[in-house]
Amino acid sequence: MVEKSDHPYALQMVNIEKYFGLVCALKNINLQVGRNEIVGLIGDNGAGKSTMVKILTGVHQPTRGELYVAGRKVDLKRYNVKTAHEYGIETVYQDKSLGEKQVLWRNFFIGRQITRRFGFIDVKKEKEIANEIMLNTIGFRGKGITVDSKVNKLSGGERQGVAIGRAMHFEAELIVLDEPTVALSLKEVRKVLNFVHKIKEAGKACIYISHNLQDVYEISDRFVVLDRGEIVASIEKKDTSLQDLDDFLLTYAHGLKDKRES
Amino acid sequence: MNRTRSIIKILGKIEGLPVATVLVVLIIAFMITAPDVFLKWRIYMSFLQTVAPPLILGLGLTFVITAGEIDLSFPATVAFAGYVFTWSFKNFGESMDPSLAAAGGLVLALLAGGMVGYINGVIVAKLNVPSIMVTLAAQFFWYGVTVLLAGGLQAALTTIENNHIHSLFVGRIYGVIPDPARGRIGIPVQALWALALTVFLWFILNRHKFGEAVMFIGDNPNVARVMGINVEATRIQLFTLMGVISAFAGVILTLEMRVFYPTQGQGMLLPVMAAVFIGGTSIAGGVGIIVGTFFGSYIIGSLEAGVVATGISGFWVQLVQGLVMGGSIILNTLLIEGRLNVLGQRFRQWGMPVGTGYTPEGQIPPQSGD
Repeated sequence: MVEKSDHPYALQMVNIEKYFGLVCALKNINLQVGRNEIVGLIGDNGAGKSTMVKILTGVHQPTRGELYVAGRKVDLKRYNVKTAHEYGIETVYQDKSLGEKQVLWRNFFIGRQITRRFGFIDVKKEKEIANEIMLNTIGFRGKGITVDSKVNKLSGGERQGVAIGRAMHFEAELIVLDEPTVALSLKEVRKVLNFVHKIKEAGKACIYISHNLQDVYEISDRFVVLDRGEIVASIEKKDTSLQDLDDFLLTYAHGLKDKRES
Repeated sequence: MNRTRSIIKILGKIEGLPVATVLVVLIIAFMITAPDVFLKWRIYMSFLQTVAPPLILGLGLTFVITAGEIDLSFPATVAFAGYVFTWSFKNFGESMDPSLAAAGGLVLALLAGGMVGYINGVIVAKLNVPSIMVTLAAQFFWYGVTVLLAGGLQAALTTIENNHIHSLFVGRIYGVIPDPARGRIGIPVQALWALALTVFLWFILNRHKFGEAVMFIGDNPNVARVMGINVEATRIQLFTLMGVISAFAGVILTLEMRVFYPTQGQGMLLPVMAAVFIGGTSIAGGVGIIVGTFFGSYIIGSLEAGVVATGISGFWVQLVQGLVMGGSIILNTLLIEGRLNVLGQRFRQWGMPVGTGYTPEGQIPPQSGD
């Protein structure tokens, strides 16, 4: 693995705030993610999870605050999807990571093609590297799937595997997984979780966002709980069990509910 | 069974093969039914000449449809570019070398076409207006502009015949085809230009960054965007390209006819679209088959002459066209999705008397071995 710098954190968010008009979506967000840490981001609908992902991936710009990737300060004014890739933040979405009717090798390199003169694609080289990623990085074995297969021939879990493999190949400092297991069968969820374990093995950092506490619990080193735009808890896995975490979230949600009612 | 299935699978992977097969079958059928016409060279030379402009248009439209868009304004662009070319040639021709004037006219016509396309593209990409509405309006507008500028009149280009530009784009190559009548059957050069453009645009669509961006945008613009493709810029480039290509087709048409008329290109909208669809490019976007458009254009171009030469009444032409189009499109869709075996099953089902224990699921075998 190539170390881009010795900085202890893959990602630091400092006092990030986001307003949509007068509505405050995120306030006072301070979050660090270690170089080889998997952080599970949990929170109810509307807690601000997706806003946070959109800021990380360059879709939205924060109203205030600073962002550092591997110690490098991000120029937020010029931060967009393309520069996010340059800083080393890769995102795997629930459903919009891959072009369904396109062959796999194109999907690995879309937006970052290996080109020869005049912008023509070096197909042979792209296929070689795509094959390498399939076999070694994500460990696709047999079953008739090759780099020439179209994405719509793949199962949901396999698609996420391809997206994760792509993120790992491009030497991401941080991989953001945004609800990668929604709408998948249990068997496919298992596949995706195995791919996420490979991220950890490869020494990379990851933010994993999911509604499913069981999944988050299995793969995360630490849990960050987001509620109504604020980080309300950060719990190490070793300090809690799945049952405790579940109870904590429930009481938390009920506590707020009670407060709202009174 | 497995063997035939794997053969079908391989055949389905060769780009444009099903539609090429349809063309060959069609030509053989015409050779049998109308040997006087279809066993001579002349009819094929006539096809090469008449198919070139719609084929060129079809290549551009393949890109547009692949990107999940549509362009209804290319007939007007053909007319507008033809007017710009004619006007330039007549005006510059008085003061300079006619070939230079024609070359200047060609450049201006291509620029005019590019401008029409660019405006379409900007409205589609920046204002997010669906392309079917934008280009429909553009079709009326630019056709109107052309009629206004031309005063509704056609204009003959009588002096264009010995022009270098004329020879370069629509000349004839003699001596290649054996010709007992001595020397009046030549290969129309525009067919070679159309072929060269087919090869070039195949590489742009399948091997260039631009083509890949077009495919991903047609597939899913949101995916394209999060993967760092500039969707707006690509859409503008796409419509500009279509405009330039339409203008080129317009100039070829004007040169060949040696006359500009304001309604030129007007009948081409539906045949060109049909050629693209026959070729296997799907209206759903994401997949474009250039080779299919090539053969599809020749199918459309040869049907009318073929049916008439067969000797059956001219009233049958449209009916046969519809049949061939429908058949090709169904064949393509099934082949590309690897569902030809399903079709076989369907036929067997239809052939069965009702109530013989037929279950929809049970009749269709799973696609792969597992």
